[in-house]
Amino acid sequence: MLSNLFFVFLKIGFISFGGGYAVIPMIEREMNHRGWIDAQEFQQIVSLAGMSPGPIATNSATLIGFDLAGFPGAIVATIGMVLPSLILVILIVAFCMRYHRSKQVKASFYGLRPIVTGLILYAALHFGFLSHSETVLTWTTLMTMLICIGCLYAILKYKLHPIVVIIASGFAGIILF
Amino acid sequence: MIPVIEREVVQKRKWLKQEEISDLVSVAGTAPGGVGVNSAVFIGYRKAGVAGACMAVLGITLPTFAIVYLLSVFYLYFENNHKIAAALKGIHGAIIALILLAAYKMAKTSLLDISTTVMAIAALGVLLFTSIHPIFIIAGGILFGILIVKVKELMRMKVRTVKETTQSTEQQLLFPEYYI
Repeated sequence: MLSNLFFVFLKIGFISFGGGYAVIPMIEREMNHRGWIDAQEFQQIVSLAGMSPGPIATNSATLIGFDLAGFPGAIVATIGMVLPSLILVILIVAFCMRYHRSKQVKASFYGLRPIVTGLILYAALHFGFLSHSETVLTWTTLMTMLICIGCLYAILKYKLHPIVVIIASGFAGIILF
Repeated sequence: MIPVIEREVVQKRKWLKQEEISDLVSVAGTAPGGVGVNSAVFIGYRKAGVAGACMAVLGITLPTFAIVYLLSVFYLYFENNHKIAAALKGIHGAIIALILLAAYKMAKTSLLDISTTVMAIAALGVLLFTSIHPIFIIAGGILFGILIVKVKELMRMKVRTVKETTQSTEQQLLFPEYYI
């Protein structure tokens, strides 16, 4: 179990472009595929991961590892997720700093970045509204959308710190659900 | 994240020179993984080799690991509490908002012209309506990127592959970076 956990997150770690948001659907896919964690539980995990500081993908790895194999699981999954960053950044700094500025690399990222944008958007849509129920418009989805819009407004317009917004929406949840 | 690191590492400790920050930003932002972790590796490696990189990663990961771990232990005790479950449902909405903000930030630096906008929409469409594994979409994006830049160069069109840094607008959405 532990080595499985490690390698699954190592694999995801190597492609977690864009600060980790983009790989949330990939993590869910892997979990579903292996029958480790169901959709509803995954949603709770991502909520917990998102409210903690640090990258959401790494936090999810910690939570999933803990859920499946306790403290050792949490450690192994987290290391699996972080190790690719460690290896790749060292390699870039040590050997390819010059190539990093090359035209070819710039062209690759010119193409990669829009894809990551699409992936993150998909993560928001999928995680938000598509995965958890058959009927599209339920009380829960409607209220979730309302809270989401309220949060966006609060952060963009009033520049509130995300943690304030998260706590407020927690209270909103207690009242609404 | 970057401004905090810059203040600590350039101004207070003088580990990096100001000019090196642009290297840091470009490497940390493009390599897979969180910007904070990647910056830690960059700085650790520059200052003290592989061991330094490992220590820096340990340093930046431990606090979040501890917080997440405590949170999950706490959650285990209250899993069946109705109020906690309801609060988490509310927080779910806030997390979607944060993910959307991340997408918006990414879009601002990546959608430079019609080709990139079309690619982003196409990627979203493929993800929504097919079950192709994202890794192939990522690989496709890289290939298309190289191809489009080549073709545009052959047609002698000007291509901007990177967004010029505008410091003032970057500062606006600083807070959500706390989570990257």
